[in-house]
Amino acid sequence: MTPSVETPVRVRGVTKRFGSTTAVNGLDLEVQRAEVLALLGPNGAGKTTTVEMCEGFLSPDEGSIEILGMNPAVDNARLRERIGVMLQGGGGYPAARAGEMLDLVAAYSANPLDPAWLMATLGLTDAAKTTYRRLSGGQQQRLALACAVVGRPELVFLDEPTAGMDAHARIVVWDLIDGLRRDGVTIVLTTHQLTEAEQLADHLVIIDNGVAVAKGTPAELMGRGAENQLRFSAPPKLDLSLLVTALPESYVASELSPGEYLVEGSIDPQVLATVTAWCARVNVLATDMRVEQRSLEDVFLDITGRELRS
Amino acid sequence: MTTTNNRFEPGTFSPDPRPAAVPSMLAAQFRLELKLLLRNGEQLLLTMFIPITLLVGLTLLPLGSFGPNRAATFAPPIMALAVISTAFTGQAIAVAFDRRYGALKRLGATALPVWGIVAGKSLAVVTVVFLQSILLGAIGVGLGWRPEVLGLALGAVIIALGTFAFAALGLLLGGTLKAEIVLAIANLLWFVFAGLGALTLESEVDGGVVSQTVRFIARLTPSGALTEALGQAMTVSVDWFGIAVLAAWGALSALCALRWFRFT
Repeated sequence: MTPSVETPVRVRGVTKRFGSTTAVNGLDLEVQRAEVLALLGPNGAGKTTTVEMCEGFLSPDEGSIEILGMNPAVDNARLRERIGVMLQGGGGYPAARAGEMLDLVAAYSANPLDPAWLMATLGLTDAAKTTYRRLSGGQQQRLALACAVVGRPELVFLDEPTAGMDAHARIVVWDLIDGLRRDGVTIVLTTHQLTEAEQLADHLVIIDNGVAVAKGTPAELMGRGAENQLRFSAPPKLDLSLLVTALPESYVASELSPGEYLVEGSIDPQVLATVTAWCARVNVLATDMRVEQRSLEDVFLDITGRELRS
Repeated sequence: MTTTNNRFEPGTFSPDPRPAAVPSMLAAQFRLELKLLLRNGEQLLLTMFIPITLLVGLTLLPLGSFGPNRAATFAPPIMALAVISTAFTGQAIAVAFDRRYGALKRLGATALPVWGIVAGKSLAVVTVVFLQSILLGAIGVGLGWRPEVLGLALGAVIIALGTFAFAALGLLLGGTLKAEIVLAIANLLWFVFAGLGALTLESEVDGGVVSQTVRFIARLTPSGALTEALGQAMTVSVDWFGIAVLAAWGALSALCALRWFRFT
């Protein structure tokens, strides 16, 4: 086996233009071995263009790309032996049966996974004799994923891996991606599903208009700039002056609606203790107390000002 | 996210990305391409049933005056037409729909060398042309065609050259335009090519119906050149002009295909 590369994906200052449109603009990415990087962004953000440059289908106009230590535009043939690719929308001979298509891709590898097992795992056994063009969108997607992993790659690119899949299939695919990572496979995936990014990714890059607008772990991104809020329920019309005095300066406590209270400020364990101590002092049982975090969706909307699913 | 309770045993996906040996990749590629060609009903209609029907029909039905041995007159041009059906029309349509469904891009993302895609298709086309030639030749013999062995050998060379030229044309057409347009043009050109081939044929036996100028123009086209060269080969004569025309069409188309062929 070839020696493993610690940073299988290095993208530096990459720009790609199509005519007058700049699809990707000065993008930097790095993925460490056995990590999952999710490229998150609305349609047309530049996710697929980025992935296709990494796969060697497109060449960047500026910047450099190193995949497993190789330049994908130059060492394309050698690179393709070691990576697995799931193209957006799949791809296959229209008249070939699903099973034949996977057998074909498996035949390119010296030591592939068992295609029949993979078909069964992805719920495709019943569709094995169905021609590619007659598969449903979700089945084509699952077959495309099977084709991407059947050759035991060390790095896989998954372009919208669960698009068009039902909930059950999505869970299997998430499990599979998790299993790949656990076994040492590096994964770059694109998605416009926040739950998927949150669930699978070690690192996230939010792309908008070809620019990386935010990077980090899902937890970092969700905590980022978040003015946390503490909410609780209690009898209405409580006097909050004692609470405000007890809290550090700049914190705000208010009754949003009768019986619904809100404390705004950076919520840490001390603040939580202060609030509960005040409850004890005024002899109030606060129920439904919770620290609100922003969802990834909130973060995304804040950063891009756009709905994700366009 | 967690890796506990994962349904896959640890090590299931441990990387081991080694490509298969090139001959076994090619064998797999060829097998599937051949299967797809032979399984396609429309293709079979075009590559087998229409040529066979034409050969039997034209030989047995008393239409026109085509000399004493009608099988000998019609077997070579119908073999040429069969080559055009498989290498050009069938191939162009198949390639166009492969592109439409992302098959070529899909294969372009695997360890299969890019030339392996073309080689797999070409081997499948050559095999089908070989089967057609045997079948049509046998039917021709059954109808009274008696070619010389040397003529058959020369004919095989011409068929090989014709297959190359028309496959290159087919790849050029199928590899550059949208699938629906390719479907229309490839079928339309099949009739045009059949007609151009027939022009060289009729002039041989009817003399005078087709003018020399028209005949010369027909022989400048790939199908006219193939039909004429194959007809001459079967009578143990070498049509250098036709060979040159075919080679030129093939080379030009191959160069254009290399330049403009698109995976998607």
